[in-house]
Amino acid sequence: MWMTEIPPFVPFFIGALLALVTRGKLRGAIMVVIPIVSAIHLWMVPEGVHLQIAFFDYQLSPYRVDKLSLIFGYVFHIAALIGIVYSLHLRDTLQQVAALLYSGSALGAVFAGDLLTLFIFWELLAFTSVFLILARRTQRSYAAGMRYLIVQVLSGVILLAGALFYAHENNTLEFGYIGLDGIAGWLILLAFGIKCAFPFLHNWLTDAYPEATVTGTVFLASFSTKVGVYALARAYPGTELLIYIGATMACFPIFLAVIENDLRRVLTYSLVNQVGYMVVGIGIGTALAVNGAAAHAFAHIIYKGLLLMSMGAVLHMTGKINGSDLGGLYKTMPKTTLLCIVGAASISAFPLFSGFVAKSMVMSAVLKEGYDWIWLILLFAAAGVFHHAGIKIPYFAFFAHDSGIRVSDPPKNMLFAMAIGATLCIAIGIYPQALYSLLPYDTGYNPYDATHVLAQTQLLLFSALAFVWLNLRGMYPPELPSTNLDFDWTYRRALPNVLQRVFSVIWRVDGALRAAFILKLTTCLTYVAGKNDRLSGLLSRNFPLGSMVMWVVVVLTTYLLLSFIQ
Amino acid sequence: MKDEKKYLFDDPKNIKRVLHILYACCILLFLLDFVINRHIYHSWENLWGFYPIYGFVGCVLLVIVATWMRTFLMRDEDYYDKPQSTELNDNKGASHVDD
Repeated sequence: MWMTEIPPFVPFFIGALLALVTRGKLRGAIMVVIPIVSAIHLWMVPEGVHLQIAFFDYQLSPYRVDKLSLIFGYVFHIAALIGIVYSLHLRDTLQQVAALLYSGSALGAVFAGDLLTLFIFWELLAFTSVFLILARRTQRSYAAGMRYLIVQVLSGVILLAGALFYAHENNTLEFGYIGLDGIAGWLILLAFGIKCAFPFLHNWLTDAYPEATVTGTVFLASFSTKVGVYALARAYPGTELLIYIGATMACFPIFLAVIENDLRRVLTYSLVNQVGYMVVGIGIGTALAVNGAAAHAFAHIIYKGLLLMSMGAVLHMTGKINGSDLGGLYKTMPKTTLLCIVGAASISAFPLFSGFVAKSMVMSAVLKEGYDWIWLILLFAAAGVFHHAGIKIPYFAFFAHDSGIRVSDPPKNMLFAMAIGATLCIAIGIYPQALYSLLPYDTGYNPYDATHVLAQTQLLLFSALAFVWLNLRGMYPPELPSTNLDFDWTYRRALPNVLQRVFSVIWRVDGALRAAFILKLTTCLTYVAGKNDRLSGLLSRNFPLGSMVMWVVVVLTTYLLLSFIQ
Repeated sequence: MKDEKKYLFDDPKNIKRVLHILYACCILLFLLDFVINRHIYHSWENLWGFYPIYGFVGCVLLVIVATWMRTFLMRDEDYYDKPQSTELNDNKGASHVDD
């Protein structure tokens, strides 16, 4: 049937085109319908390669459907729908069109069956998403957006270079297991690593996402990093290096999250932390671990979206997002508070919430494969997530000291989008089999055994106890208006400073050299001129150089004319 | 002030209540350790009160280290918005001027 040959990005791109030429309610309706129709369509598509194109000597397959791409495809549809509902109140063509194109690009990337198609959508992800940052229309967002774009495009260029090496080495462009066997493997891993926010490559995320618009951040947090996770899961399952990278990712952002003041930035740090779990799962590479990574990505997109939506609602209503300016909002934003707490419980992996059923698979796999220290690190990170995302976010926004701000709950569409997210968080937590049936492998995993539930609840509640204890003792770091340095300091401050110093030295030396040279030259010229002056004083005192040249020209011209006459 | 409405946590009693519930849950969970027969995957889990202690100590350490990190990571809110350090601005004459 020809319908199966329509890749899911097509409806989104058509939707973007329609959104461009329509206005108001009609545009809203179109935007809501697109992901629903596309999801139903995707639901009916069987697995297999549905589209193939010959490109020179290579076979391109822009539309390949299998279990791994399907689960990401489904959750991207859900994320797009939630994001669109959340932004229905917007009247901003730039953002709305960019959001549709961005969602479509993410879908294009996960269904790409070859590296060239992947590269195209990889770059489209960068170019479409940057508008969600620029649409904030502030100086800060402009600068952050440009930094974001540079890093993302760089990632794409590295991917292309890797793909070319790969094609040369293997004589195919098919996107499957790659591994770290050649230069192509390392280049492609680096490209994926940038998208996944590996340590030291993560600053584009924590820098740009909090500067995006209220609704833009919700889209941004759903797609780019998860496309990276999907690509890693396909190309590098079982690569041991990833276990250590992932554990680092899970660990270090929580320290920065505890002291960060911008609550949306806190969430971006926890985004890096959560992606760390997925990367560990992929690094282990067993069926259970890859399942865990995919399930975690699925659950994470929804609860992270929910948390960012609740913080977006706070920003939308109060115009503030710093923990130091907020507090006591539960009084007038009870619904948002409740929905935020559902998201917080999910990310903290409380039993009966979605994080629990997903994260525990990765943890079990780590323990099963005997990575004891990694398991301890992840356990620490799990307590840390609860601390900064589970407690800190709701506590400083909605409780803590009363900021005196009295704003109502956000518009209905925002609340409704959050309610969809919250419902899914709880539904997945209560009935995980629905999610598990979508996973790439069948492992018969059951998260709800008494030991596991007890262990996790103990871990979390005693973390909460630690928070209470620290707060009562006055040892908890207060929210302070501040910027915390991170690795981006190197390229935002250190490198420009060093370059400026180096260049200022270079210009100074250059200036001194020029001056010295000019001085020497002048001395030489004066010397020669002096000699010449004395010489010409003898021969040509009454014949200035100019007139001599003119007479030479006259003589030569005459000579030339004479030659013509002959 | 018109906004004299009392909200849930304006009353310190309610905060106390929430905290007491938390304490009670913690004690209960700690005791459950002795009641429920665990399947142990790792010898560390056999340690007495492993998860509660790990969670508590982990979080306290996390906060202490993070607070310490503030001493060298924290800058003004507009740190990146400001022009570069003044020392460099004094050197403006040294910057490149094409002549």
